Amino acid sequence: MKKLLLAASATALCAGAAVAQDAPSGAAPKIGIVLGFTGPLESITPFMAQSAEVAIAEVNAAGGIVNGQQVTSERADSTCIDAAAATAATEGLVNGGINAIMGADCSGVTNAILTNVAVPNGIGMISPSATSPGLSTAEDSGLFFRTAPSDARQGQVMADILKDRGVSEVALTYTNNDYGKGLADSFTQAYTAGGGTISITAAHEDGKADYSAEVASLAASGSDILVVAGYTDQGGRGIIRNALDTGAFETFVLPDGMIGQEIVDVLGDGLSSSFGQYPGTDSPGATRFQEIATAEGFDGTSAFSPESYDAAALIMMAMEAAGSTNSADWTQKVADLANAPGEEILPGELAKALELIRAGTDIDYVGATAVELIGAGESAGNYREVEFKEGEIVTIRFR
Amino acid sequence: MDLLNALVAFLNFVFIPALAYGSQLALGALGATLIYGILRFSNFAHGETMAFGTAITILLTFGLQALGITFGPLPTALIALPLAIAATALLLLGTDRLVYRFYRDAKAAPTILVIVSLGVMFIMSAITRFLVGVEDIAFADGERFVVTARGFRDWSGLEEGLAIRSTQVITVVVAGIAVALLFWFLNRTRTGKSMRAFSDNEDLALLSGINPNRVVAVTWVIVAALATTAGVLYGLDKSFKAFTYFQLLLPIFAAAVVGGLGNPLGAIAGGFVIAFSEVMVTYAWRQVVAYALPGDWAPAGLLQIMSTEYKFAVSFAILIIVLLFKPTGLFKGQSV
Repeated sequence: MKKLLLAASATALCAGAAVAQDAPSGAAPKIGIVLGFTGPLESITPFMAQSAEVAIAEVNAAGGIVNGQQVTSERADSTCIDAAAATAATEGLVNGGINAIMGADCSGVTNAILTNVAVPNGIGMISPSATSPGLSTAEDSGLFFRTAPSDARQGQVMADILKDRGVSEVALTYTNNDYGKGLADSFTQAYTAGGGTISITAAHEDGKADYSAEVASLAASGSDILVVAGYTDQGGRGIIRNALDTGAFETFVLPDGMIGQEIVDVLGDGLSSSFGQYPGTDSPGATRFQEIATAEGFDGTSAFSPESYDAAALIMMAMEAAGSTNSADWTQKVADLANAPGEEILPGELAKALELIRAGTDIDYVGATAVELIGAGESAGNYREVEFKEGEIVTIRFR
Repeated sequence: MDLLNALVAFLNFVFIPALAYGSQLALGALGATLIYGILRFSNFAHGETMAFGTAITILLTFGLQALGITFGPLPTALIALPLAIAATALLLLGTDRLVYRFYRDAKAAPTILVIVSLGVMFIMSAITRFLVGVEDIAFADGERFVVTARGFRDWSGLEEGLAIRSTQVITVVVAGIAVALLFWFLNRTRTGKSMRAFSDNEDLALLSGINPNRVVAVTWVIVAALATTAGVLYGLDKSFKAFTYFQLLLPIFAAAVVGGLGNPLGAIAGGFVIAFSEVMVTYAWRQVVAYALPGDWAPAGLLQIMSTEYKFAVSFAILIIVLLFKPTGLFKGQSV
C-alpha cells in the first residue's frame, strides 16, 4: 500500500512537472537592449544593438520561443558613463515589461544597472562588452553573465601557458599604465596562486631611448625568462632589444600588446625561444557571423558585435530551454547551453538549436565568439598561444 | 664565491652602459657649459639642437645608404656627421642672427635669454619632427657588437656574459677625440684663447680688441659640433626618437652644474658623475653581491636603492644637493 502510494505520488509529480513545462510561464518574451547609444561608445553600439536584433529576428522567423511566442525588444540608452541615467533608462524598460537585459556596455554602468535594477527586480542580464575584473565578484544573485572575457583573463591564460611549459620563476616588467598594470596584477595573482615565483616586478615608461637600467635590474633577479607586458613599438621592444644585447634574457613571454609582425621583423632570431598569447579563435562561427552581418548590411567586424549576437541568442535559447521567460528560470540554463557537451551551434543555426532544445537534446552554443562560460558566468575568451619561428608568428594552439 | 662573475656582471650592466651614457652626457654638457660661459645663459634648446643634428645625420645616412656608400664595420652615420654638423651650425648661426643677437644687443638679462631659448626649443623641436617624424628610427648599421654576450660566455666559460656594442666603443672613442680637440682648440689656438678671455671677463676682452661677434659665431659652431656628435652617438647607441632628446636636458644641465657651469673640464666630470649615479643607484645589486659573497650568503632582497622609474630623480637630487652645498660645482665654475 505504502509502495503504491509512493509510486502514485511520484507519477503525479512527474506529470505535474511535465505540465508546468508545457504551459507558458511568465510574461511574453521581451528583451531590453541597454547600450550607450550616446556617449563614448556611440560609434559601435548601433552595430551591437543591430547584432542582437538580428538574432531576435532569426528566432522569430523560426517560430519564436516558449510555446511559439514572438520575441520583442526595446532599446534604451546606457550612456556608458552616467550611472544614474543608465539606471533610470533601464527602470523604464522594466516597467515596460522586459524579462531580460542584453547589456550593458561599459563596466561602470553595467555594475550600476546590475545593482540598482537587475538584482532588485530579479531580471537576468548578459553583457556583451563589460570587461572589468570587478564584475566577476559582483553580488549578482546568479543573474549576471557576460560574453566578453574579463580583463583579468589574459593574466590567467599567460600563467597557464607558463605552467604547462614547466616554468616556475619569471621576471616581470610592465608598461606603466592601466593596461600594463592591470595585466601585471592579474598575471601575478594567477601565477603565484599556481605556485610560480615572480622574482622581480619592474614598471617601465614608454617613449624612452634607453632601457639599460631597467634591464640591468631585471637581470639581477637571476630569472631566465622575462614577461614583457608592454607595447610592440614602445618600451617593450626597447627592453627586449637591450636584454638581448646584454645577454640578460633570451626567452620572453609576450602578451597581446607585444605581438605583431613588426616586432618579429625587427628582432628576428632574437625571439626564437620566446612565446606568447593574444586573443583569437579558430572557430568557424566568426566567419559565419560576418556573412550574416554583411547580408544584413552592417559591419560585423565592429567591436563587440559578435558578442552582442551571442548574448541575445543565449538569452532566447535559455528561455526556450527553461520553458519560461522568468529570469529566475532562464538564468539557470545559460551556462549549460553555452558550454560543452552537446551539439555545436553556430550563428545562423538558431532555428536548429531551438528544435534540438525542444527535442531535449543537449546543445553547446559556440556562436560567433566560441562562447565558453567560466567562473561566475563570464566568457573564457579565446587566445592563440604563439611562438616565433624564422620570422613568422606560429600558432601553437588555441586556449 | 666567484669574484670574476661578479666583476663581469658589474662591467656588463653597470660600468660599460654608464661609461657610454656618461660620454654622451659629457659631450652634451660641454655644449651647454660653453654657451653658459661665453653667451651667459642656460640654453634650453640644447636638447633639441642635438635632436636636429641627429635628424640631419639620419637623413644623410639614408641618402648615403641609398647610394650604396657604407663605412664597412662602422656606422655610415659617422661619414654623415661632418655635413650634419655644418647644417646644424648654419641653423644655430641663423637662430643667433634672428633671435639671440637682438636680445644681446639690448643687453637683456640672462633670465630673459633663458625664456627666449625656450621658445627656440619649441621651434627647433617642430622642425625636427617635421624633418624625420616622431617615430622610433634605427639608423645604426655596420657591425653591432665587438663582444657578444654569448660569445664571451663560450670563450670564458663564465656564467655571466659580457656584451660590448660597437656603438659603445665608438661613443667613448669619438667623445675622447672631440674633447681632446676642444681642449687643444681652447688652450692652444688664438681664437680659443680669445674665447676663454671673453668668458673670464667680457669688458677686458673687448678692451683688448677681441671681436665679440667672431667669438659668438665660433662658439655656436663648436656647440653645433658638440651637440650633433652627442646626439648622433646617443641615437646610435640607444635609438632615435625626436622627443627623447628633450628628456636629456635635465641630466645634461645636472652634469654641467655638478661640474661647475662654464668649466669644460667640470662638464666632462659632471657627465660621468651623473651617468654613474643614475645607473648605480637604480641597479639591483643582488647578483653581483651574490657572486662576491661566499656560499649561500646571497641576499634575498634585490639590493636596489631606487626603482628604475626614478632614474631622472637621481640627476635632479644631485642637482639640488650641489646647488645647496657647492653652488660653484665640483670644479670651480660660475655659481648659478
